[in-house]
Formats: sequence, structure tokens, C-alpha cells
Amino acid sequence: MPTNEVIHGLGLDDYKFGFVTDSEPVFRARPGLDADIVRQIAARKDEPEWMLKRRLRALAIYESKPMPKWGGDLSELEETLAQTYFYSKPHEQMERSWEDVPENIKLTFERLGIPEAERKILAGVGAQYDSEMVYHSLKEEWEAKGVIFDSIEDGLRNHPELFRRHFGTVIPAADNKFAALNSAVWSGGSFVYIPPGVHLETPLQAYFRVNQERLGQFERTLIIADEGSRAHYIEGCTAPVYSTDSFHSGVIEIVVNPRAYFRYTTIQNWSNNMYNLVTQRALVHEGAHMEWLDGNLGSKLTMKYPSCYLMGEGAHGEILSIAYAGDGQHQDTGGKVIHVAPRTTSSIVSKSISKGTGRASYRGLCKVYDGAERARSNVECDALLINETSRTDTFPYIEIDERSATVGHEATVSKVGDEQLFYLMSRGLDEAEAMALIVRGFIEPIAKELPLEYAVELNRLIELEMEGSVG
Amino acid sequence: MKKSPILAVRGLRASVAEAGVEILKGVELEIGAGEIHAIMGPNGSGKSTLAKVIAGHPGYEADGGHVRLRGENLLDLEPDERAQAGVFMAFQYPVEIPGVSIANFLRSALQARLEDGEELDLFDFQDLLTGCMGLLGMDPSFAQRAVNDGLSGGEKKQSEILQMAVLKPALAVLDETDSGLDIDALKVVAAGVNALREENPEMSVLLITHYQRILDHVQPDAVHVMVNGRIVESGGPEVALELEAQGYEEYRRTHAA
Repeated sequence: MPTNEVIHGLGLDDYKFGFVTDSEPVFRARPGLDADIVRQIAARKDEPEWMLKRRLRALAIYESKPMPKWGGDLSELEETLAQTYFYSKPHEQMERSWEDVPENIKLTFERLGIPEAERKILAGVGAQYDSEMVYHSLKEEWEAKGVIFDSIEDGLRNHPELFRRHFGTVIPAADNKFAALNSAVWSGGSFVYIPPGVHLETPLQAYFRVNQERLGQFERTLIIADEGSRAHYIEGCTAPVYSTDSFHSGVIEIVVNPRAYFRYTTIQNWSNNMYNLVTQRALVHEGAHMEWLDGNLGSKLTMKYPSCYLMGEGAHGEILSIAYAGDGQHQDTGGKVIHVAPRTTSSIVSKSISKGTGRASYRGLCKVYDGAERARSNVECDALLINETSRTDTFPYIEIDERSATVGHEATVSKVGDEQLFYLMSRGLDEAEAMALIVRGFIEPIAKELPLEYAVELNRLIELEMEGSVG
Repeated sequence: MKKSPILAVRGLRASVAEAGVEILKGVELEIGAGEIHAIMGPNGSGKSTLAKVIAGHPGYEADGGHVRLRGENLLDLEPDERAQAGVFMAFQYPVEIPGVSIANFLRSALQARLEDGEELDLFDFQDLLTGCMGLLGMDPSFAQRAVNDGLSGGEKKQSEILQMAVLKPALAVLDETDSGLDIDALKVVAAGVNALREENPEMSVLLITHYQRILDHVQPDAVHVMVNGRIVESGGPEVALELEAQGYEEYRRTHAA
């Protein structure tokens, strides 16, 4: 059976096909944002009153917060936001045609070796999908175990109490400007609940679900891993997501209850006009274990710092991230670990690659509160520069209020060396192949943690990228 | 009647790319199929530069003459094209490529030799790799280690010999492969070279060394002495023995810059 792993992130932002002139969405609000638009969104979704109130409160917070001055350059964002349609409901059936998809996107799909049928799905022009059967049998298995894996809208509709108990508790609207924005206009995303003690062998993959319902540019995901459960959630894909939207701002909230284990893997490859500003955070309770595996490619500017709040004794948080900044792109990424309880442990491993005029910044926070006795944290960030014009920065923030804590930080910057290139070329690799091999070696410690299909695609993608890096 | 040579170096002049300092000042050299030639010389004589210029190191510029491999002028080719034409250089200081296993590296190198669209058969590759490691008496787990990263000096040189075994060059250039090795490691490397030669008698070897001792273990067909960018004497193995007895002083005096 053909595996269709490549379309994990199917549609993660392609739900508003504004570039198709003859295929207008069924419903589309006017550009820009005010309370009226927010009311329309809530009304269309037929949401309960409390959610509308939450949305309106979040809007007020969004409007009162200034644009962040740190991180990447957001000076042109106001203008982008004024042009943004904050809500539109897509057609039931996709009516865009393959002919409308730009040649360069088609070529990339072809060179990534993505099968014809899947290319169409990735480009948002087809919805037929032959692992429907796989999904159904998995779905039965999940349901039998009491696992909830729904769209965020269905989560709110079908599990109102569970939803309300956790929604906005990990990332309140007031957390930051874009969390507030998302809280006001969110649409699309997943709602996941793993009951106590349930172990899932097969990862929950967003593409199974979004095949039926597409994610939006203000996706909202809420995940609760109950006591002693074990699961892995995967979303995103390495193939470029084709979209004319230029702003994506998601919020991912995860609650990891005592002794549960949860891993969230995401790889996203945005088109290079995209502002990608995402807040993702996990509350990790006693003896629980949370891992973020985060890959960021493409976009104009990505600001994303997966966080673990280690709330209970012995909680463990891990953040593994890869960022790739191509020409003109800025990846401002990293991670945050907040140690609140004793004997909590954490590790951040971040690898970034900058090519051409690309810039990769590592921005990380390690905070240990007073009383988090014998907390341990280790941060390792490595940057690889491909060209003379490439740039990298490291901004590690370390705040320790507990004397018995142990915190380590290591940072390295390396350049692809002429001697390395010559060595590999002297064995018959051309310059681009040599470059790709060096880059692949550099990210190997993280790539080996990825599901195999992802790792394979990531490697292919790096090869393609490196072809453009040499003169 | 002598066969036409595998390698023909004529009037080769070369300099350090940025500084413009001339190192090779008209090198003449011919190596026939299956022959082992040693080039000996004092430090700074240009013997390592010759190896690098043959392999296409970007730090050196060829200013004149030619280097023909089976008739094709290598100086017109990129380093990877030279490799594909049949040149292999074992590095004096093999370069570390963290995160890339020796096996993956070799697979990529063989894949690069195929036409576009052709895919290396992984089982064939595995057989080839296992076979070569067996021939060299190496533990199969060695191929899973990173390219030169975390390898000892001796292991790095062994890795070079393994790469040579897998890539099966027409001409192997060993650039001071013996430097920095203790006698046991030297013997292992020499045994590897000899085993490969037995397997592939057509392979020619250009062995660049400062010391005579590796020639006790790898028997050369010809020995050349290089001083100040030129080959100043050529002969049989006896030349190496004379050098060992007399040192380079005599040559240095007569061939001063």
C-alpha cells in the first residue's frame, strides 16, 4: 500500500485560496479586524456565549498590546494585518485546478518525488486520498480506547466541559499579542484527549484529520494527555505549503498530566512571504515527560519558541529544533524551559542553518524558580553558516533563583569549510552534493528522531536547497 | 617497449592560489598501469603540493604544463570530475564530517558516479562494502562511525584506505599517509595498500612520503626525489635506501632555489 506520509500537514494554511479568481470562498469577511468580525466568526461557528466573550476579551487585549520590538522585524506586519481576511469559510469541495498552481511549486513537488495524486492534495486541488481506510481502522482503535481526536470546533461542540476546563489555561490570551489575536479569531486545529493509562503506538497524525477539514491560518490546538498515558502527535510536512496567505499565527496548548509521556512533532515549510508567529507551550506535571520536535523551514519570518513549564516534581521537558533560513528569511526560534518544581529536568538542542542572506537566531529561556531544588537543564545550540553572507545570532536568557540548580549552556557556530568541501568532492561528489552531505550530517542528531519519511524528505529538501547555494 | 602511461605529468608549474608563491617549477613524471611510484623529498620540496594539484585542491593554481590521466588533462576538471575520472587522494589530514557515517558517505560517492535517474542498489553496495572491509580485515561496525570525526590518527588513515578500496581508482595518490603513524598502524595501512593492489593489479599508486620506512612494506617500482619543486632524481628502490643513508642535504645543496 502506498504510504501517503508526505501530506501530514495537508492544508495547514491553504484554506483561503485567495488567488483563484473564479473560486471565491463561500463566506469571507472583509479584511482587517474588529469586534464585528469576531462576532461573525463566532456566529458562523455557532459557538456558546462564553467563547464569544472570550474572543471579544482577547480582541481587546490584542488591540491594547504593542507590536513586539524584539525578535524579528515586524515593522511591515501592521500593513499585512490590515489586508488580512481574518475569517473565511472554504467551499465544501476544492475547485481550484492544477493548472493554477505555479510552475515552481509543481517542480518542487516533482523533485521531492511526491506522487502525482499527493501533489494535488498538497497544492489544495484534490481531496481524494487512498489511505482513508487506514484512517478508519485507526479511528476505531482510538475510539475504543476513549481517545478523542477531533477538530477543535468539534471538540468544543462535543466535549464542552473538558474543553472549557483546559482551553486557554496553558496559553492565556494575555500571554502575548499574537496569542491574543489567535484567541480572538482562531479557526481550525485539533482537539486531542488521551485517557489515563492509554498508550498509543501509532502516532496521531494531523493529516488524517485535516483531510476532512482543513486547518486555518489561526489554528488552535488543545491536547490533554491524562495520567500515565503515552502518545505522539505529528503535524506538518516538509513539502512547501502553498498558500497566498502571508500570516500564520497558531496557538498550541498541551497539558501533560502526571506520569504521562507526550511528543509533539511538527515540521513546517512555509512559502517565503509568510510571517509565522506561533505560541506553543506544554504544562508538564509530576513525573511527566514532554518532548517538542520542531522543524522550521521557509517563511519570511518565523518566531516560535516551544515551551515546557515543568510544574510537578520530576517533570521532564525536551525541545529539539531545526531551523533553516534561506535567502531573505529570518528564523527566530529556540525554546523555553521553566522549572517550577524540584528535581525537574530539561534539555534544549537547537540546530540552525543559514544560507545566502538567511538569518537564524537562537532565542531561548531557561528559568529556574526558587524552590525548584536540584533542577537540571542543559542547552546546546549549534549554528551552521553556508555562505559568507549568512548570519546567525544566539540570545540565551538564563534566570536562576535556586542555588541547587545545575544549568549548562553550549553554543557553537561553524562554517562549511573549503577543506570539507574539497575532501568530499575529491571522492566524486559535486559541490552541491558535498554541501548537502555536510548539512545532513549537521542535523543528523535531530533528524534521526524524526519519523523515517520525514527524515527522508528533509534530506531531499536539503539537497534541493543546496543546489542553489553554490556559484 | 613501454606502454602508454596512466599518469603523465609534463612541465607542471603551480603556485599557492592567494599568495602567488610558485611551488612546483616544472614537474615531469610518468606512471604506468599497475606501477607504484614513490616521491620522496624534504619538507617544503613541493611533494604534497603535487598530490593536491593532481587532486584539484582549490588552494593551488596550476600555472603551466599538464597532468594527463589516460590522456585526459585533469587540470581542466573540477575535483569531483577528477575523482570520477579515476583519481583518488588519500589525505595527509583527513577532514572531519560530523554526523555522516563512512557507509553513507561512500554510498553518496558511488551514487554520484551514476547517471541522473540511476539509483545505486543498496544490496550491491552493502556487498561491496562488506567485501572491502573483509579484504582489509576491518570490523564491519567501523563503517557506521562518522567520517573522521572521533577517529584516531591510525583509524583515519584506515578509513582513507577503505574509501580507496570501495572507489577503485585508476590512480591512488597517498599524500604522506604514513606521517604520524606508529609502526603498527603503518603496517596495517601498508598491508591494506598491498591487499588492494593484489585485488586490483592495474591500480597505479603515487606514494608521497618523507620517510623510507613505508617503502619497507610497500615495494615501489620507482623512486623519485623531489627538491625545490622539481624531480631531481629517479631510479629504483635503491634511491630510497641511499637517501635513508645520506639524507636530503646533498640534494638541497645542488638544487637550491
